[in-house]
Amino acid sequence: MRYLPLSDADRGEMLARIGVDNIDALFADVPKDKLLTKPLDLPRHKSELEVERHLGRLAARNVPASSVPFFVGAGAYKHHVPASVDHLIQRSEFLTSYTPYQPEIAQGTLQYLFEFQTQVARLTGMDVANASMYDGSTGTGEAVLMAHRVTKRRKAVLSGGLHPHYADVVRTLSRMANDEVVSLAPDVRAKEDIFAAIDDATSCVVVQSPDVFGNLRDLRPIAEKAHAHGALLIAVFTEVMSLGLVTPPGEMGADIVVGEGQSIGNGLNFGGPYVGLFATRQQFVRQMPGRLCGETVDAEGRRGFVLTLSTREQHIRRDKATSNICTNSGLCCLAFTIHMTLLGEAGLTRLARVNHANAVKLADALDALPGVSVQTAGFFNEFTVKLPKAAAGVVEALAAKGVLAGVPVSRLLPGAGLDDLLLVASTEVNTDEDRAALVAGLKEML
Amino acid sequence: MLNRSGQIAGRSDDATSAGGGAHPTFTGNRALQQEEALLFEIGRRETTGIDIAEPEAFKPRLNGLERKGGVDIPGLSEPETMRHFVKLSQKNYGIDTGLFPLGSCTMKHNPRLNEKMARLPGFGDIHPLQPLSTVQGALALMEELSRWLLETTGMKAVALSPKAGAHGELAGMMAIKAAIDAKGEGATRRVVLVPDSAHGTNPATAALIGFQVKPVPARDDGWVHVEDVKALLGPDIAGIMLTNPNTCGLFEPQIVEIAAAIHEAGGYFYCDGANFNAIVGKARPGDLGVDAMHINLHKTFSTPHGGGGPGSGPVVLSGRLAAFAPVPYLKAEGEGLTLVEHDAAAAEGEAPFGRITAFHGQMGMYVRALSYMLSHGGDGIKQASEDAVLNANYVRACLSDLMSLPFGDKPCMHEALFDDAWLKGTGVTTLDFAKAMIDEGYHPMTVYFPLVVHGAMLVEPTESESKASLDLFIAALRDLAMAAKDGDATRFTGAPYHAPRRRLDETRAARSPVLTYRTPEPVREAAE
Ligand SMILES: Cc1ncc(COP(=O)(O)O)c(C=O)c1O
Repeated sequence: MRYLPLSDADRGEMLARIGVDNIDALFADVPKDKLLTKPLDLPRHKSELEVERHLGRLAARNVPASSVPFFVGAGAYKHHVPASVDHLIQRSEFLTSYTPYQPEIAQGTLQYLFEFQTQVARLTGMDVANASMYDGSTGTGEAVLMAHRVTKRRKAVLSGGLHPHYADVVRTLSRMANDEVVSLAPDVRAKEDIFAAIDDATSCVVVQSPDVFGNLRDLRPIAEKAHAHGALLIAVFTEVMSLGLVTPPGEMGADIVVGEGQSIGNGLNFGGPYVGLFATRQQFVRQMPGRLCGETVDAEGRRGFVLTLSTREQHIRRDKATSNICTNSGLCCLAFTIHMTLLGEAGLTRLARVNHANAVKLADALDALPGVSVQTAGFFNEFTVKLPKAAAGVVEALAAKGVLAGVPVSRLLPGAGLDDLLLVASTEVNTDEDRAALVAGLKEML
Repeated sequence: MLNRSGQIAGRSDDATSAGGGAHPTFTGNRALQQEEALLFEIGRRETTGIDIAEPEAFKPRLNGLERKGGVDIPGLSEPETMRHFVKLSQKNYGIDTGLFPLGSCTMKHNPRLNEKMARLPGFGDIHPLQPLSTVQGALALMEELSRWLLETTGMKAVALSPKAGAHGELAGMMAIKAAIDAKGEGATRRVVLVPDSAHGTNPATAALIGFQVKPVPARDDGWVHVEDVKALLGPDIAGIMLTNPNTCGLFEPQIVEIAAAIHEAGGYFYCDGANFNAIVGKARPGDLGVDAMHINLHKTFSTPHGGGGPGSGPVVLSGRLAAFAPVPYLKAEGEGLTLVEHDAAAAEGEAPFGRITAFHGQMGMYVRALSYMLSHGGDGIKQASEDAVLNANYVRACLSDLMSLPFGDKPCMHEALFDDAWLKGTGVTTLDFAKAMIDEGYHPMTVYFPLVVHGAMLVEPTESESKASLDLFIAALRDLAMAAKDGDATRFTGAPYHAPRRRLDETRAARSPVLTYRTPEPVREAAE
């Protein structure tokens, strides 16, 4: 077996040194009748070539985003990731290191985490950011719990524009923790009256922008109303690239900003691993979940970095911890940081403009189709269109023709009476030909 | 590298720290050991390493929400980016650097085949919400991984979606809560037993969803005793969270009796499966009475730790909990597979407790883990467990005359636990000893965990180490141990001497936290 260096001779010598006759003597504490006596019903080991063949066959049964005109979004976005990003994150010293518990030999990880935290804080317009959550959805769940700790209240108000998976994560967690959740109905035009749902028992208001339908939301009046009632505003995003072009939540009064960072540096990966971004105001730092990297000096006075404020965390505080998170999204943070470094402000804002321009172009082309109407007035790179028939069937039929058209709202909200709505995203990867293929395909279908 | 204010990054005021009588260098670098400034000190706002053309003129449709005032994130060109991050990487210790005996964390070899497989466009470049007809191969992979997990654990069902071990704990405890609620016992069954030796994520998880955590006290043999558990059982018991093999590196000999006692009391048995790597192919949690157990794919099944993540923590469930598994889950449909993504879509007899993350979990890790499993085969994963246990016992046997074992000289599983009794009177602490290992070129073992052992040192060599590598490691530790006993305390208390940084001031970091880079105020030039 190519991964196991011990030879049988080694094993014999080592057993002798330990002073036992056979390996099962070391498993003596396993109840006799529970020690497996026959092999598991699993295939025998395979060569590298055989594994490649086997997995290659499975991979070939999927349609990769890059191979077709591709407009699927709703919380995960197809962007171009520079080759250098994927090369750098595979450096052994990054890939095969652990959480930086021994800072003297983990300055590489710690410094990029410090850079990551700074990039995230600046992008979101907040004071501080942590070293990541699992993804945007679990980060949103954690943000609600944090708001409960800060306000000592236990009721969250969820906008109907919050990604339905994110809302489900919050509702599941809240139900289990016996906390109250008020969920507004999904509203494709973002006309919900969220103000009416906020009262003096409200701990936090959770609003996504761009929301799941693509609407860019002005958070200022919501922040004002929330603050007037002593509640926090949690601003959520699922498309981090939007922050290159859109007013950051920190400038609109958000108290916690949380979202999905996949779009920068990370591939689609069928939904994971991704990277949850989490930022807040300085005054709430000690209520934050997750790891934080901070600056300090070493015994010779040289600048260095360490994990800090860990008295919030499970390994110290146990059942009183702010969160149970331990392993987070380390390497995905690195991918984010490298891609963000390559972009810089100049590249990010331009890339964001290209995304927006592509989406505007596509929206106009689709809106011109008879029977199709764009529902979203202000958006970034994703919007909702209304079709004259159920979107799911249309998407399926277009997939058969080699166009991945978007996400039918019914996939996210079955039974909500929104079956004729289709979410369409267009990023920098789409060409004019891609858009033409979608328009032509739809036209034929309707 | 010079930063923008013309200072040399990281250079200490005392440039004589080069040691060995060498001349201080102008840059502060020492050949391959190079200092690297922060991105914010070397980058420029107008620089970008990405070529992309401005879009043709168009009218933005941003609902009046254009960002004003910029983003204030500096960029670097591609060559500068490469150097920046390569230099950072060189300040890190990884598995490929050397032996990484971090107990409980299972720093085994990360096969590069797995990386290659995860990057196949058919896995890495598919969207979680594209039509299921276009991702049948991905669903088939998830099903194959599930089969491996169920066969190796002997359990009934698996929820793949948890994002790491702690998230798997949460999913498992939520399933337990849902099962209790379904019996109408939610108001009374609120207590979860957690041994003092447990990892912090266990009590944190239970508390997160409103359970009351009650400790099971530690015994001086490192085991949990069934009578201690029984003494705590009552009508308020929701369950127990037990790690097996436990965090002391021992298999719990009374596990079957403990499971039976919990079940008899109407509770559930959550097993922390972080240490499953010791027993794969040797014993199955399902045969031991476990109701739920997470499996850290980033430990047992070799997906890389990546400096802190990402991981993946599928949770396997017994027949008593299977019905409550969270969405999404796989289901056969016609010739192919489908995903149940909503509670309302569940079939008769299924009662999913909800959703714990967007989408379907850590696909990238599923591919890597399955690649590992296929490579090893059923025969190889058993051999890997045995070798992991053998290596740990070899280290234990070769050091036990110098370093003290808290629970006597008895076999361990995949990790050997020492305490600091043997350091008494030397002026050297566990932490000092760990830091001195750094100078010898080793990553330290896990220290001060589990909490029930004073000055704990938890050594997990893994099956990836050759005998020669272990022999050198043992010799190095013996040399260190003898130096400590011989009174050579400064070799330890000042360590590390040879790492990119000397010991870092953690108190200062926590007292006035600096968590983001602040651009320094410009220094006014002195008038000529
Ligand atoms: C015993 C034990 N339980 C739980 C965990 C938590 O797992 P994760 O870090 O994947 O969330 C760990 C790992 O750190 C562990 O060692």
